Amino acid sequence: MKKSIWVSIVLICSLVLSACSSSSSGNGDGGDKKGSDKLEIFSWWTGAGEEDGLKALIKLFEDKYPDVPIENAAVAGGAGTNAKAVLASRMQGNDPPATFQVHGGAELNEGWVAADKMETLNDLYEKEGWNDKFPKDLIDMVSKDGNIYSVPVNIHRGNVLWYNKKIFEENGLEAPTTFDAFFEAAEKLKAKGITPLALGDKEPWTATHLFETVLLGKLGTEDYGKLWTGELSFDDAKVKDAVDTFKKMLGYINEDHSSRNWQDASQLVANGEAAMNVMGDWAKGYFVNDLKLKVNEDFGYVPTPETEGQFMVITDTFGLPKGVSNADDVKKFLAVLGSVEGQDAFNPLKGSIPARIDADVSKYDQYGKDTIEDFKEAKLAASLAHGSAASEGFLTKVNQAVNIFVTQKDAKQFVDSLKSAASELK
Amino acid sequence: MEPVIVKNTKTVKSPVKTMKKRMLSSDQLLAIGFLLPSLLLIAVFVYGFISWTGYVSLSNWNSLVPDFSFAGLKNYDFLFSDFRFQADLRNTAVFTVLFIGAIIIFGQFLAVLLDQKIRAESLFRNIFFFPMALSFVVTGVVWQWLLNPSTGVNLFLSKIGLESMWYTDTNILAGFKWGKIEFGVPVAITAVVIAAVWQMTGFAVAMYLAGLRGIPDEVREAARMDGATEFQIYRKVIIPLLRPITVSVVIIMAHISLKIFDLIYAMTGPGANFVTDVPGVYMFEATFRGNYYANGAAIAVIMLLSVAVFIVPYLIFSRRKAES
Repeated sequence: MKKSIWVSIVLICSLVLSACSSSSSGNGDGGDKKGSDKLEIFSWWTGAGEEDGLKALIKLFEDKYPDVPIENAAVAGGAGTNAKAVLASRMQGNDPPATFQVHGGAELNEGWVAADKMETLNDLYEKEGWNDKFPKDLIDMVSKDGNIYSVPVNIHRGNVLWYNKKIFEENGLEAPTTFDAFFEAAEKLKAKGITPLALGDKEPWTATHLFETVLLGKLGTEDYGKLWTGELSFDDAKVKDAVDTFKKMLGYINEDHSSRNWQDASQLVANGEAAMNVMGDWAKGYFVNDLKLKVNEDFGYVPTPETEGQFMVITDTFGLPKGVSNADDVKKFLAVLGSVEGQDAFNPLKGSIPARIDADVSKYDQYGKDTIEDFKEAKLAASLAHGSAASEGFLTKVNQAVNIFVTQKDAKQFVDSLKSAASELK
Repeated sequence: MEPVIVKNTKTVKSPVKTMKKRMLSSDQLLAIGFLLPSLLLIAVFVYGFISWTGYVSLSNWNSLVPDFSFAGLKNYDFLFSDFRFQADLRNTAVFTVLFIGAIIIFGQFLAVLLDQKIRAESLFRNIFFFPMALSFVVTGVVWQWLLNPSTGVNLFLSKIGLESMWYTDTNILAGFKWGKIEFGVPVAITAVVIAAVWQMTGFAVAMYLAGLRGIPDEVREAARMDGATEFQIYRKVIIPLLRPITVSVVIIMAHISLKIFDLIYAMTGPGANFVTDVPGVYMFEATFRGNYYANGAAIAVIMLLSVAVFIVPYLIFSRRKAES
């Protein structure tokens, strides 16, 4: 009897204590904000290369500001979808991380800025003199109503066609730059028993990614951009043409596409089972770092058909959420992130190119150098599959429509569902 | 403590007062004190949030900006006319029927075999039971590779000409157009059923084995005396006696299969044309990817109700039994 009373007292005490300790740490510095004053960097960079880049960036910051404690709060998995789910619940609960990774474009502007969760960074851009250091199109992607809300750290290109050099040489083929050339090459490869186009749409965004490059090729940057503002309808003849071309391309993909992710699809190209693959240039990192292939020896790259001179931008950016207690420290971090030094520490490791136009080109490999050149001159287009062109809600619906289309190949139904999803765009 | 209460009741005259005294006796106070925290937590974190979800499902909150204005049944309306959700309902129904059916058959069969007083019985029991110890995510990843159409068992099956597209197969058996979808048995779902049955059969075996051990030998003896063959004993005597166990297995498996998420998410994802999608996966993607919070909440409510269809009659049934 006595013993059990003691046990219960101990239990109750420990409960009370644990409750106290969690609340006391929250009120540590007398501020009303939850969490410690650690500078929490929230991202989904946990893969090879990208994690190294992030660490290099953090190290650079620590060398400059040794007295600011920094914490790498990366959430692994799902190409950012897990991290986005965690982020959404933290933002809804008014417990934002100090700064977080977000794709420039709609994901930032229609998401967090529209929800009134972000601070403007105009003064930071002013102070650092960044307004002419980033391309204007890019600053527009992280701005809403004339206010800037985040700092781009890198640029990935979405419209890249990767091909197996050996297969192309053996069959006397040239890398296709038009859709006609693509289908001609695909027909020849198919006759030889080689899968012309590798696709891994276990996660449906990869098929959407392929579709958006076709859209860009058929519409051009200007009309492509009009799709998201509602100026061009999805039942426009050009969109229908793109849908038919996409459908035709789906006739040349590997049969087991729905059991593969994008890495598995890239692997098909790497080991010669498939000839081509459309993927963003993070695939280069996968070819080089994971599969130990050589650029321009084992695999080659061209812009996807009819997108020469156009650049599907995927940019990772970091912003300042409202309601963080250490806003000044966050701005220090963002300043490092946006500096030439910061961008050149991060991007060569991550395999992307810097968002600034004055970065040190010599630090990048041949693919990086080519892409930096292209980026300077090309017209920029926002990626739909990666949340830059339109809201996540619209993207979810498009992904569903694409997933159905890949199997049913019903162009009319596909256009109809795109159109009804577009009613959500303003 | 007990004697104290007895003394008290003796000294107090009015019976009403006795009742009050009893209700507030220190023993019961202690019991209430211990129960109160968990009652409060369950009230808030289970029933409170269930009602909150129900409320959100009737709201217009379909973006990152919370919007709690009343939308009526708009979200439910949308779901039931949505291709993906219709496919989800078909897949869940087919999955549940195949999964529970296979588990009952394999569970009984293996339990009966184990009950034959064989050697190394505990070894077999453990082998059948071990998959239960794995998480569905592990099972999903393993079977994803085993049933991958270009690797796995197909490498062996192709030798005897029995290749299958497994979970990438988009065909629907016995299909007919119903609503927006082709209703029938999606071939791909059988791959998921195989993985789920592999994992959960051990549980049914354990339950049936316990049931078999609970049947007294006299029953079998009596049947033998009446000249029944062993097969007849099982068919006419033992298996009918196992019916309460079957009811429990159905209830437990039904709530697992109706809420299944992790196995599908790890193994196949939504699948081409949503042939392996289930409401749990749709709920996750709608809520946390598309920010359709109200739609996601509506899916959650429908899942809750579908489980309740199984659980509530069971609770009423077992309560009546306890009372009688």
